[in-house]
Amino acid sequence: MTATSAPSALDGLGADLAAAACGQAARWDRDGALPVAVRGAAAKAGLLTADLPVGYGGLGASPAQVGELCARLGGVCGALRALVTVQAMVAAAVLRWGTAEQRTRWLPAFARGELLAGFAATEAGAGSDLAAVDTRVRAVVDGREPTLELTGVKRWVSFGQVADVVLVLGVLDGRHTAVLVETDRAGVTRQPVEGQLGLRAAQLAHIRLDGVRVPATNRVAPPGFGLSHVAATALDHGRFTVGWGCVGMAEACLRDMAEHVLTRRQGGTLLAEHQTVRALLGRAAVETAAARELAARAARWRAAGAPDAIAGTVAAKYAAARTAASVAGTAVQVLGAAGCAPESRAGRFYRDAKVMEIIEGSAQVAELHVADHLLRRTRATGSGGRR
Amino acid sequence: MDAPDRATVARELHDFIAPALSGPIGPDEDYFALGLLNSLFAIELVVFVEQRFDLEVEVADLDLGHFRTISRLTDFVLAKLAGRAGLAA
Repeated sequence: MTATSAPSALDGLGADLAAAACGQAARWDRDGALPVAVRGAAAKAGLLTADLPVGYGGLGASPAQVGELCARLGGVCGALRALVTVQAMVAAAVLRWGTAEQRTRWLPAFARGELLAGFAATEAGAGSDLAAVDTRVRAVVDGREPTLELTGVKRWVSFGQVADVVLVLGVLDGRHTAVLVETDRAGVTRQPVEGQLGLRAAQLAHIRLDGVRVPATNRVAPPGFGLSHVAATALDHGRFTVGWGCVGMAEACLRDMAEHVLTRRQGGTLLAEHQTVRALLGRAAVETAAARELAARAARWRAAGAPDAIAGTVAAKYAAARTAASVAGTAVQVLGAAGCAPESRAGRFYRDAKVMEIIEGSAQVAELHVADHLLRRTRATGSGGRR
Repeated sequence: MDAPDRATVARELHDFIAPALSGPIGPDEDYFALGLLNSLFAIELVVFVEQRFDLEVEVADLDLGHFRTISRLTDFVLAKLAGRAGLAA
């Protein structure tokens, strides 16, 4: 849309907020919450849904610009990047599969941050296999407007503690169905999650829906398309921003490592003079650059509307999450005690990065998708594709 | 781009869909019902159709089973292209 080679104000999206957050992210992680003012600042700068069209209150940012935004935020605070990820996931699903009325109703409020969105798919019995969700959606006609009634328990909802509305994946008459559920409705209870391995400032909650009634107009796409299209679109967008966030994490760890080894002396020698340390740095630098290139490729394919963009985004997220985990681990090792200290960014990213290898499609599921894509291409170009 | 004919649309759809399955697929077979497709395929198919035929798939297009067989998807693509030509005329 606005993807051009000319420099744009959108190229530096989030730089100010990232700079302001830099010294505070460790405290947010310890406190288990992003300050309300930070959420407000992100919304005010248009960062929450930067790639929405301007007509819906977005900035019309290109995939590459959104990617760089997420790398910038991800390099400072995983929870801040996650805030952008969830809001943009839900916005992407509504933009893509909402009716004109739904887009007008929800998207400007998401863009302005008036409504904070959450994505509620995971359940105790449905993680990587979201098809197994057991949240029941029932159509109720009681004489007034048609309503939907939802009952189920959703787990690990990022910003679920504070979200105003969550996109819930449930089952209506045996068909996967996506429904926007406002969290102030009767029957919604939230249980905050604290002390989890990583993303501690992402204000996670388990959300119980106990006969919650919403207008039928809150349903996004027809029953039967809630998983394959609505959740799939949200997750695709989520993988894209998580992947770029991981690129930012790896790059930040690399910088912290390089600065440390150039100043830290042991036994009269700079750490940088040790070949074993340099080898670690070299490996981490190549992995990080490779992850960035895969993320950039995904951004190009998305901008072009290429069908390969979806598998390309899986590959980018997979590689970047692995890289973030690997480079953060190396960074903690090289930084030593400094890497283990409470204020350590590398230490915090070491915990966060493991979560990145699990959310929005685990590494193992990603491998299957990428392999599947390869086999399809091989069949298409070989004898198996045509009859 | 000239509007493609029915045979061309059906062949291009087949050439995109068949490699995602392990075996051949007939024009009226429901490929989703075969259970062989991974969870990303549904949106990949949407993006493919949009890009290849330069049209936009909207939420109203999802409801009618357009995407379940090659024949019906061919009908859908041709109808969309015809509708657009009608608007332009």
